[in-house]
Amino acid sequence: MATVLRELRDLLVSLKLTVVLIALSIVLILAGTLDQVNIGIWAVQEKYFHTFAVFWSVGDMSLAIFPGGYTLGGLLIINLVTAHLYRFKFSWRKAGMHLVHGGLVLLLLGELFTGLWQDEYQMRLNEGETKNYSESFRSVEIAITDVTDPAFDEVVAIPEPVLAAQATVQYPKLPFRVAVRAFYPNSAVQMRATTGAPAEFVRATTGAGTQLAAAPLPLTYKQDERNVPSAFVELIGPDGSLGTWLTSVLLLEPQRFEFGGRSWRIALRFSRHYRPFSLTLLKFSHDRYAGTEIPKNFSSRIRLNTPDGQDDREVLIYMNNPLRYAGLTFYQAGFDNNDTTSILQVVRNPSWLLPYIACAVMTLGLTVQFGIHLIGFIRKRRLPATVAA
Amino acid sequence: MKKILPYLVLIATALAVLASLRAPRNPGDYDIVEFGRLPTLVNGRIKPLDTVARTSLLMLQGRQRVTAPDGRGMAPAEWLLDVLYRPDTAHGYQTFEIVHPDVLAMLNLTIEQGAGGKRFSFHQLIGGLPELDRQAKLADNVESAVRTPFQSSVVQLRNNLILYQRFQNSLVGSGTTDFLASLAAFERALPARQAALTARRSGQPHDAALAQEMTELGATVAMMETYGYLLPIPPVEGKAEPAGWKNAGASLRESLVHGRLNPALDAYARIGLAWRGYQPAQFNEQVHAYRTGLDREIPGLLQKCDVEARFNAAQPFMTSMVIYILAFLVAVFSWLKWPEALSRSAFWMMLTAFLLTTAGIGVRMWLEGRPPVTNLYSSALFVGWGAVALCLVLEAMYKNAIGSAAAGLIGFTTLIVAHHLALGGDTLEMMRAVLDSNFWLATHVITVTVGYSATYLAGFLALIYVGRGLFTRSLDQKTADALARMVYGIVCFATLFSFVGTVLGGIWADQSWGRFWGWDPKENGALIIVLWNALILHARWGGLVKARGLMVLAIFGNIVTSWSWFGVNMLGVGLHSYGFMDSGFWWLMLFVGSQVAAMMLAGLPMNQWRSFRARA
Repeated sequence: MATVLRELRDLLVSLKLTVVLIALSIVLILAGTLDQVNIGIWAVQEKYFHTFAVFWSVGDMSLAIFPGGYTLGGLLIINLVTAHLYRFKFSWRKAGMHLVHGGLVLLLLGELFTGLWQDEYQMRLNEGETKNYSESFRSVEIAITDVTDPAFDEVVAIPEPVLAAQATVQYPKLPFRVAVRAFYPNSAVQMRATTGAPAEFVRATTGAGTQLAAAPLPLTYKQDERNVPSAFVELIGPDGSLGTWLTSVLLLEPQRFEFGGRSWRIALRFSRHYRPFSLTLLKFSHDRYAGTEIPKNFSSRIRLNTPDGQDDREVLIYMNNPLRYAGLTFYQAGFDNNDTTSILQVVRNPSWLLPYIACAVMTLGLTVQFGIHLIGFIRKRRLPATVAA
Repeated sequence: MKKILPYLVLIATALAVLASLRAPRNPGDYDIVEFGRLPTLVNGRIKPLDTVARTSLLMLQGRQRVTAPDGRGMAPAEWLLDVLYRPDTAHGYQTFEIVHPDVLAMLNLTIEQGAGGKRFSFHQLIGGLPELDRQAKLADNVESAVRTPFQSSVVQLRNNLILYQRFQNSLVGSGTTDFLASLAAFERALPARQAALTARRSGQPHDAALAQEMTELGATVAMMETYGYLLPIPPVEGKAEPAGWKNAGASLRESLVHGRLNPALDAYARIGLAWRGYQPAQFNEQVHAYRTGLDREIPGLLQKCDVEARFNAAQPFMTSMVIYILAFLVAVFSWLKWPEALSRSAFWMMLTAFLLTTAGIGVRMWLEGRPPVTNLYSSALFVGWGAVALCLVLEAMYKNAIGSAAAGLIGFTTLIVAHHLALGGDTLEMMRAVLDSNFWLATHVITVTVGYSATYLAGFLALIYVGRGLFTRSLDQKTADALARMVYGIVCFATLFSFVGTVLGGIWADQSWGRFWGWDPKENGALIIVLWNALILHARWGGLVKARGLMVLAIFGNIVTSWSWFGVNMLGVGLHSYGFMDSGFWWLMLFVGSQVAAMMLAGLPMNQWRSFRARA
């Protein structure tokens, strides 16, 4: 037993393990890069890096064929820490290496935390528009809003996992059950042909969907294509069904209906996250180089408001210059509608400072380490030729 | 003799360089050089017409020289003059490169009909234009990354022809008789023409011919405004601002309203008339007069254009390329005979070429107002520059011609790569919005590029080790040790710079796109370089490899760096996808193959190596 433990320890602290782990990491990164052409960057991150193993489907089975990012990163951290603990002898000559490896551990941890905690959203603002929410890039929700009261709206949002499960939901605030009859993560929505469409594509009995047919499509991973989620939703009251609606991100206007003396709206939209502040787009600028379409600068002039009046100011967001506010960072990401719509990327990443700290530590360590080597090398060469040879 | 040979070589090289830097001279009576220095706005930057001529020719046919049908060589600016003002003559110049056999067949052309087997004239192509257009439209719908070579060739030829036709709408209205003369008489004739047109519109008696002229002029102006490629007409006030420069069509339209011709437009019309009328004295006078007028208002801009035109003519990187490869040959020869004299000679040659390249990069920086690396072309220049700089240090320390040999080979290869990257257009291009940050361009981009330089250098030093050890007896213990130390030192340097460069890239990405690391192909490529360099160091420290193993790993570093620099761009995905090159793929594969072959050769048993067999 002692021999086994000793051999394990020797393995964990060995440089051979380091070399093997680095080589495996290179192979993993290369495979992920090549696969990006096929499945897009988000899927690659899930499949190769934010996982313990890379799986390959063979028929019905999923085989783990290669260690994933968490495994390799974790083993590298263990190898690093154990090697240092085992051989720890602090000396100024080795100070550089300690710094480098310490910084490396921080870097790996930083990437781990980012993978776990980072959230990304977007905000699309037309010129003059004010919004107090940001929207998810990928996940959708069904929003059923009670708009009877002129002073405020009450929104019930049903998140995507529930939609995907095609479940039936009963919620205290709603006087009807919500039954998700079908959910298509990507779909094609068209005008209904007079005959021939399969029944499940033309389920809608009320609202805008009565003129439309929706058919599921495979998910697209192409960089410049978007997935268009749609869902057929039936609302069932105490006296029976109110009807089946077709909801889709393509149907920008929410559909209205009345029930139980109250006015409602129903829509499928990208999940919203409401914020304790609002942004108004005052002006979006798209400067081009004279006589060309080559973009020189994109910038959005934004008014930032909080309902309690504490913040009321103008900010300018442009390339390489984001707005950092309330634990979020707002970047100029894109534009639309002939330069009248600005698209901001909103990121929450509590561990954003870690990479900066880690890299500063590592750079210092590398410079110290190689500096010591270089000085030693130059000193040796300064010795008389007979001694050096 | 052996003692003074290096100095003779230095003087000869310096003289050759100075000769290449002489001011360009006009072959005939026309002051074409002065015409080439006139400024125009193209692609967002004010540049001399000479640059436009040269870069357009590079796009059309991959080289700057034009041969007239009578066998005479023409300067690029002279070609441009004919394209602008004597289109019928220009249609006969064979300047469109077509290599793909199916494209030739489609146009009913054979290789024999082309100059050099691949260059054809507009006259030769004109019959096949409708079919070309049809094929190009089909190919347009296919994503550029997945087009077949035929589709890519067709699209490229079609785009080149569009460029050519845009030139023909730049200063002279195509399809109108005597446009230039009409322009010269513009102000005089305008009131009468306008009156005739107004009268016709209100149904009153009018001079039909004049009214017709006016209508035709309007149509021509509209065409020129839409398609004109050059924007050579500065505004009357505020010439220093690029935003006010217009193409001839837009300026003419303005003139139709005001009734007065922009003086620049008038000047270009008179220049054109003199060129068309074979009147050198008149041509020179008009060019000179226009230039003098501009000099009063925008002397600074003109000075930049003059420097750029001079820089174009000097072609410093071509000269450096030749010197580098000669230095390499001299250095290699020094390992076999006359080591002292030849290694010093190689060093001087290398140094001269380095200074010339430095000056070239410096001029580019001044012209663009940017740090040295702004696009793929300038990255190739800088990778070479960085590697040669390191080699200068190595050679100064070790004095064994290894540094010179590596510098010569890397300098030559990177300049060839750069030349091929220049075929897409003007390499002094404007920076897209997110790149418009001199700070990050100066820090992240330069550091990463230096990291590339160093990794390549380690790889080439390793190739020298393997080459000399396997095929010659010249790899004695001292040299082998020196090389091992060099490679190790350079790998340390490469690790530091590629790591810092990658980190700076992450910080820039965090400021720009909201995340430090996004697993983008280019980011992954850079990370792999850092990891590979770290692997080499750890393998060395762990005793897993000795000298030969170190060399093999360093050679693999060449493959890793080439993947990160070029391979990832060819995937066509990711935020860094800014350069897809068809033929580049095959060259990359060839290079990778050569490095794999070198690694396998290095794996031969030690007693097969000529140098080690001799010692044993």
